[in-house]
Amino acid sequence: MKQKFNIIKSTCVPLPLENVDTDQIIPARFLKATTKDEKFYGDNLFCDWRFNADGTPNAGFVLNNPLYGGEILVAGKNFGSGSSREHAAWAIAGYGFKVVISSFFADIHKNNELNNFVLPVVVSEAFLAELFDSIAKDPATEVTVDVPAQTVTNMATGHSEHFDINGYKKYCLMNALDDIDFLLQSKDKIEAWEKANA
Amino acid sequence: MNTLFDKIWDRHVVQQVEDGPVQVYIDRLYCHEVTSPQAFDGMRERGIKCLRPDKIFCMPDHNTPTHDQDKPIADPVSKQQVDALAANAAEFGLTHFGMMDPRNGIIHVVGPERGLSLPGMTIVCGDSHTSTHGAVGAVAFGIGTSEVEMVLASQCILQQKPKSMRISVEGKLGKGVTAKDVALYIMSKMTTSGATGYFVEYAGSAIRSLSMEGRLTLSNLSIEMGARGGFIAPDEVTFEYLKGREYAPKGEAWDKAVEEWKTLKSGDDAVFDKEILFKAEDIEPMVTYGTNPGMGMGISSTIPAVEDIPESGRESFSRALDYMQFAPGDSLKGKKVDYVFCGSCTNGRIEDFRAFASIAGGRKKADWVTAWLVPGSWMVKKQIEDEGLDKVLAAAGFEIRQPGCSACLAMNDDKIPAGKLAVSTSNRNFQGRQGPGSRTVLASPLMAAAAAVTGYITDPRTLL
Repeated sequence: MKQKFNIIKSTCVPLPLENVDTDQIIPARFLKATTKDEKFYGDNLFCDWRFNADGTPNAGFVLNNPLYGGEILVAGKNFGSGSSREHAAWAIAGYGFKVVISSFFADIHKNNELNNFVLPVVVSEAFLAELFDSIAKDPATEVTVDVPAQTVTNMATGHSEHFDINGYKKYCLMNALDDIDFLLQSKDKIEAWEKANA
Repeated sequence: MNTLFDKIWDRHVVQQVEDGPVQVYIDRLYCHEVTSPQAFDGMRERGIKCLRPDKIFCMPDHNTPTHDQDKPIADPVSKQQVDALAANAAEFGLTHFGMMDPRNGIIHVVGPERGLSLPGMTIVCGDSHTSTHGAVGAVAFGIGTSEVEMVLASQCILQQKPKSMRISVEGKLGKGVTAKDVALYIMSKMTTSGATGYFVEYAGSAIRSLSMEGRLTLSNLSIEMGARGGFIAPDEVTFEYLKGREYAPKGEAWDKAVEEWKTLKSGDDAVFDKEILFKAEDIEPMVTYGTNPGMGMGISSTIPAVEDIPESGRESFSRALDYMQFAPGDSLKGKKVDYVFCGSCTNGRIEDFRAFASIAGGRKKADWVTAWLVPGSWMVKKQIEDEGLDKVLAAAGFEIRQPGCSACLAMNDDKIPAGKLAVSTSNRNFQGRQGPGSRTVLASPLMAAAAAVTGYITDPRTLL
């Protein structure tokens, strides 16, 4: 959903697993919908981990643990690998996450998050490990993501890191603009390229 | 600098956005039914048409059943998605190869075999295995649905230029070692994220020796080590494969194209951000033991001990083995197999069925094994029949089904039941990928055939 980003301060949901692939984020059987109903995808986020085979909530999974909540998902290294399905980003957005923090994201999924106004924040391994530790000690630990300043802060320790985002994408996020708005304005340049490469 | 990737990419730059990504021109967009409907909705909401409808090709593949395709799809939700693609293609004036069209099949099998994917092109599709088309010497990569909409609208995409990597495999591949084994070996060394942020050029004598089908298999799996794409510089193998294909240039235009394609190679002075070298002699037939494609090993090896895994990865490793019902130190040889799947955009081409038949022919399928042999396209199915492989396989107890993605991701009825062990020639062994609770061992068509006839995971070299 298009929304303007500025400063986000929230508690976090920790998912300290590496290589979480998009088949886990949203299994293929939920890809048959032809609409972009984020609530539907959000209701099925991490479905096979979140629910038992009989449909009851799996009490051991973090999304079912009332201690944890918030607008920030904190995930282990290489989040979002595998399939290009944008449904994974829709599910994350639909569940209510605005930010995903990890030490490493798979390329396609990272773009998909950005295109759906979910901000992927890449932090160092050390920052990530400390953040998991802070949340484990106190689930009420908050994190502040300051988009204009490009900083992420673990409020429990006060440790802060700079994160990268290109100036164009930052402008888009802060002003709720998407890439198609931009591309549609470049028709002259596209036609000039086609003429030169005919 | 001066890599083949640079040459193709740089030629397609429409503009560098200030302090931002690059606007890249796209020569070919493929759309399948799963990742496109929301993009077409977006076009309608904006009230816009496709800028270059002639460069866009659509076909259903993920939901298609692998039998009775002449009848309506029984699953109403699958049917709705397949029908939506046909309606969208008609509304926006795009070429559509619908079910039962002789040109239909898995999009990544159809593109090359129809000559739609050509050297030097930029090619995208809302599907991570779009890297497949890199085998013809194209820059091909998977994109999300928002990006599909970008290309529908503007024939362009906004992307950061990836870094470049060259992976060379030198030497001669051993008996029973296929392109799939080369790929699974590379993934096992690179891990599932080792090439994230890179575009990979495959080079070296072992790669050059691969057929076009083998190159398509290798390029297909590039995404499984995180790479956006992987490609192989075009050569005589490429030109021989493409010549005469439906959409390839003809006559004088062909000669002119080949002259140009011959210039598509990295310069002798090319500088890659990363260079990696493997020896062909080190590769044996491969199997995966875990729940990502990087968790692979040679058939003679055993599953690593927990202590051999870096600490941050141990929980994922242990969860993977629990899911697979394997233990550290296990060999996979001799594990009883329930299902065998030969097909997918990875290994659903004619050479794959020839390989399967080379072991299955003259033998019998094990009683307890359910085998699904699914050609990647109607063209592949026809080739199988023209070569008589269907009869050889029928005598051994195997049936050739109708084309589609099938059990690779189980969006149609071809689902591996919970707890069952499948040897699959597809591309992903993720939890539940082939059906909720399914357990997948990825392998080559030779390994799949060996499993199908013995009923156990078996070194295919013992049957060749």
